[in-house]
Amino acid sequence: MTARPGHGRAGRADPGYLLDAAGVAAPPRDNGELVFAEPWESQAFGVAMALHQAGHFAWEDFRQRLIAEIGDWQAHRAGQEEWNYYRCWLRALERTLAGAGLVSEAEVGERAALLAAQPDRGHARHEHGGREHGGREHGGREPSAAAPSGAGDGR
Amino acid sequence: MTTATSHLDPALRAEALASLLAERGLIDQATVDSFIKAYEQSVGPMNGAKVVARAWTDPQYRARLLADGTTAIAELGFKGAQGEKIVVLENTPRLHHVVVCTLCSCYPWPVLGLPPSWYKDPSYRSRVVREPRQVLAEFGLVLGDDVQIKVFDSSSEVRYMVLPLRPPGTERLTEEELAALVTRDSMVGVAQVSGP
Repeated sequence: MTARPGHGRAGRADPGYLLDAAGVAAPPRDNGELVFAEPWESQAFGVAMALHQAGHFAWEDFRQRLIAEIGDWQAHRAGQEEWNYYRCWLRALERTLAGAGLVSEAEVGERAALLAAQPDRGHARHEHGGREHGGREHGGREPSAAAPSGAGDGR
Repeated sequence: MTTATSHLDPALRAEALASLLAERGLIDQATVDSFIKAYEQSVGPMNGAKVVARAWTDPQYRARLLADGTTAIAELGFKGAQGEKIVVLENTPRLHHVVVCTLCSCYPWPVLGLPPSWYKDPSYRSRVVREPRQVLAEFGLVLGDDVQIKVFDSSSEVRYMVLPLRPPGTERLTEEELAALVTRDSMVGVAQVSGP
């Protein structure tokens, strides 16, 4: 694997391909980096957590599929497809849900094609919330009243 | 197996998946959003920093933390998903720990939040095991030859967090002031904590 530019610029463990995590334009987190680069990534994360919490799949089942997807990327797609962790996550989630008989991959594909064909969608914009990662106020780190139980919400 | 459709824009697939699940009553967007918000805003390395600062200032807590990380961390209110078993690795002047998940991205969410991208990167995951000293140097952490480096591989069974060395010159700081010095990277082991 070729070296990624993610490590050690100017002595910092800076995920260089995201944002200037340490600078004045630091992302909306204290002591850390931006968690999600794009809204679909956060959606894929939140959907997995919500389904797991509701008991629709065992986390270990998902994790094994995630390991397989990451391994598959390294074995077959590195060099052709850009590395994206949440792409692997999403694929693993789709496989998990298909395995659990909840939604088949074919159904997801059909629905995605349908969404893509909608005339006014531009390039796959997410409507919900218009979550802007760069613009959040830094100060109000609120306690996690809204966090569902079991989310590790730091109470 | 790679189906043709999996090459579609992942944003479209994520939306398609969510809409199908919502139609079937399997998720509601408010719950999904509450998870996202929690991990974007409330669960993060600031939690681990409080654990470290407590361990630096309270020897009894430190002993409990090293003996049973999960329980001592829960004392401060941090528990939940991906924190079922957390083991805390104590750095000393002669022993430095660094954590990786070679297979995927196992990470102690309750104390560190979701992992940064470099932690999930194939390059970090493979290289830090083979050449930890070199990788740490690329992070800006050059350790002397007299410092041993141990790499720990987190898994779904055990997730590791590093207890970094307390920097010199911090004897007068309060626990809260100390917590503000502790970085995420120092708790993964790719950095040390610097003084104020």
